Amino acid sequence: MRKYSVFAIAREAMRGHNGWEKQWSSPEPRSSYDVVIVGAGGHGLGTAYYLAREHGIRNVAVIEKGWLGGGNTGRNTTIIRSNYLYDESAGLYNHALNLWQDLSQELNYNVMYSARGVMMLQHNVHDVQSAKRHVHSNRLNGVDNEWLEPEEAKAFCPPLNISQSARYPVMGAALQRRGGVARHDAVAWGYARAASDMGVHIIQNCEVTGIRRGPNGEVKGVDTARGFIGAKKVGVVAAGHTSVLMDMAGVHMPLESFPLQALVSEPVKPIFPCVVMSNTVHAYISQSDKGELVIGAGTDQYTSYSQTGGLHIIQHTLDAICEMFPIFTRMKMLRSWGGIVDVTPDRSPILAKTPVKGLYVNCGWGTGGFKATPGSAHVFAHTIANDAPHKINENFTLERFRTGRLIDEAAAAAVAH
Amino acid sequence: MLLIHCPYCAEERPEIEFRHAGEAHIARPDAMADLSEEAFQGYFFIRDNRKGEVFERWRHIHGCGRFFNAVRNTITDKFLATYEAGKPKPDLDALKAQKGTSA
Repeated sequence: MRKYSVFAIAREAMRGHNGWEKQWSSPEPRSSYDVVIVGAGGHGLGTAYYLAREHGIRNVAVIEKGWLGGGNTGRNTTIIRSNYLYDESAGLYNHALNLWQDLSQELNYNVMYSARGVMMLQHNVHDVQSAKRHVHSNRLNGVDNEWLEPEEAKAFCPPLNISQSARYPVMGAALQRRGGVARHDAVAWGYARAASDMGVHIIQNCEVTGIRRGPNGEVKGVDTARGFIGAKKVGVVAAGHTSVLMDMAGVHMPLESFPLQALVSEPVKPIFPCVVMSNTVHAYISQSDKGELVIGAGTDQYTSYSQTGGLHIIQHTLDAICEMFPIFTRMKMLRSWGGIVDVTPDRSPILAKTPVKGLYVNCGWGTGGFKATPGSAHVFAHTIANDAPHKINENFTLERFRTGRLIDEAAAAAVAH
Repeated sequence: MLLIHCPYCAEERPEIEFRHAGEAHIARPDAMADLSEEAFQGYFFIRDNRKGEVFERWRHIHGCGRFFNAVRNTITDKFLATYEAGKPKPDLDALKAQKGTSA
């Protein structure tokens, strides 16, 4: 793999840009692998990368039914933060946030991580109390988070309306300065390129149609659109389709899949300096480097695999955006889309071994998996390589729904996230 | 937005009048305290989440207020039937033949 650098750009500029290599290869699948990862999103590709990089396991295939990064990796609003309430979550998401810091350098790929700050607005007394509790809890866990009064929030994000005559006036905000955004496609592409360079096979347009098990119940491999592919270990990293895949191995999951929509506006000059979220009125907004306002809505209420949702959900979000930022009331929206998110009962992910020997699952990220991509991939690779969880993900088990040891971020934030 | 037929009001109404209420035909066990952890997990947490036809509950919150059940395809989001709570699961094959939808 030829490294990307300023010299490479200069060299290619001199010869008409005809020397750039393909970023990853598309080899014919082998008959078997040490590890097969199902799902070539950021989490899956990252898992393959860390398996090769940290654990020396390079006989790995990532199998994808569509195209690389075409699922939720390419559909989310790219928000990165780690200000979760519980110790387990803070550990996991902050692990990811730490890995984000120099991911571009590590992958030799500009993932455009921009720590522009994530500001979470609070609109009523309960919000304020709960957010302050989050701030204190985060700081005890070594996670940066601070409280802003409305005027300070306005100073940090000038388009914000802090008028007390708003329908839901801003009573303050919690700000995580290390939070921000990254370029979602680049994360998938960067991991794919680095993994491919170490010998990982990336096999696109190849749907997994079955998970085969041996006489003792252990995993033997996967049936795919291109025939049977043997594997000593299989890691399912399939987001909204996890239930469908795990059913193939006879494991029924505590998951429900919902559509989650996002939309972008026409591109405009830089106007919005940070990420603003509001759980109460339910809106997420930032501005991409292309200039589009990137806006996230809430989930639709019914389970679905349709990758589309109702217009009223988007409308509800835009009502909130216009109330908080009257400056945007005449912006035109360019396009909207949906992804399918897998939601667990406690709104925390499952990153774990399963009752089936050799089968591992990384799922349940709900509406907020992008931020965790590097951390999730890193500890999941550890779990697969050692057949035992990393200290950071040891509580994110499948068994917690039997034992009752939930990590109840649902109750902590009162929204899916 | 979905259009949903409420079997009590006998009318097709927009989705915003309704609240989705999860998987249908899950009966609360009688002797909850005697349930094994495994069985409780099955009842409380494990969900079908099928890609295809699902049985689900809806509540007509801004109408009659009553719960009812529905059969819906989660790939097309189209309803195959809605029926009153307490009625048995309709025959899926017959419904599909009647609606002319694929599995």
